[in-house]
Amino acid sequence: MANEVILLDFWPSMFGMRTRIALREKGIEFEYRDEDLWNKSPLLLETNPVHKKIPVLIHNGKPVCESTIQVQYIDEVWSDKNPILPSDPYQRAQARFWVDFIDKKMYDAQRKVWWTKGEEQETGKKEFIELLKTLESELRDKTYFGGDDFGYVDIGLIGFYSWFHACEKYGNLNIESECPKLIAWAKTCMQRESVAKSLPDSEKVIKFVTEIRKKFMIE
Amino acid sequence: MASDEVKVIGAWASPFVMRPRIALNLKSVPYEFLQESFGAKSELLLKSNPVHKKIPVLIHADKPVCESNIIVEYVDETWSASGPSMLPSTPYDRAIARFWAAYIDEKWFPSLKSILKAEGEEEKKAVLAQVEEGNALLEKAFNDCSKGKPFFNGDHIGYLDIAFGCFLAWLRVTELAGGHKLIDEVKTPSLSKWAERFCNDPAVKPVMPETATLAEFAKKIFAKPPA
Repeated sequence: MANEVILLDFWPSMFGMRTRIALREKGIEFEYRDEDLWNKSPLLLETNPVHKKIPVLIHNGKPVCESTIQVQYIDEVWSDKNPILPSDPYQRAQARFWVDFIDKKMYDAQRKVWWTKGEEQETGKKEFIELLKTLESELRDKTYFGGDDFGYVDIGLIGFYSWFHACEKYGNLNIESECPKLIAWAKTCMQRESVAKSLPDSEKVIKFVTEIRKKFMIE
Repeated sequence: MASDEVKVIGAWASPFVMRPRIALNLKSVPYEFLQESFGAKSELLLKSNPVHKKIPVLIHADKPVCESNIIVEYVDETWSASGPSMLPSTPYDRAIARFWAAYIDEKWFPSLKSILKAEGEEEKKAVLAQVEEGNALLEKAFNDCSKGKPFFNGDHIGYLDIAFGCFLAWLRVTELAGGHKLIDEVKTPSLSKWAERFCNDPAVKPVMPETATLAEFAKKIFAKPPA
């Protein structure tokens, strides 16, 4: 049976970016559908009734939800090239641990930087930089989080990089001066076609954040 | 050379700690259980899980693995020859198992916990409704995943059985405290039968606390300080 792969997504979503990157790493043809999150499609509501969230990966009509679960699914189905998770059980557990850490902490920390003001923002900025430093110390001097090969943790984190300039602008931060190794890692990842094609332009994200702030934030 | 010995740092009342213990029992892997004292964290715990400083931690040949569901997958993969697989055989079914395990941790358990902490009838009603909604979803998930077999994972206890089953003792305590059945033969017939099978399994029984003992412990930790 021919593979039919559809991705329900939202272009600025760092979670959607993970699945896009994984599909491209494996060379899988897929149909990308951008959702309007303020007017969700019947297909989205039908394929993810529990959470009603993007991304949703639909493979030959069967939906897979949650970005980290999608990436693991893609790795297991298309196991013949570019492995995403390491083969050693201990390394796999470490990779899963760091992606779980990113899932638990990154989104909320980053959000506080561009979405809040005053004291809440100052606390948020401190937390955000601390988080990045923890990740940077896990990276150490390796090219990628897993070592020489691009993999699961890199995919788990890199999408957030497209939001860094927005954080710097609205948070008045200089991330590179705080975490130079992490920025160097991000630039290395951006040289991969799968990543470059899957991340939106920083300027586009800044424009999006500006619009959101104008619409929803009380100035 | 590091020995191959296995240690689990945890606490008897923690459902999350039960997960790796059940997994190790299923694979017949002997391990040393290092009980943390309530309210204080040991040096070994802080050293083995510096990021979260939480239990459970599995230490295998001196290398720590953290996060309960991640530990279960590690045990399954490391001792793959010692027992049936804890995850289904197809990538799609594995994705479904992982989806429900994540749902249980992110949505279901927090709402179960809120029942015990709820103040006033209105709040209690609202959180109860949430848990019941979740139970209905999980009842359907059980029927879909088990395909007529005794466990979420089929013939044998697996990842999702462990991810959900570990909460059964706390669920019983919550039912007792609230005087309200959450999993029963009428509302959730499949889960009700599954729960009994799960709790009676020889890999689970030794690590599942008695409801009465846990209820006493719950009274202590949820006791409101004197006014």
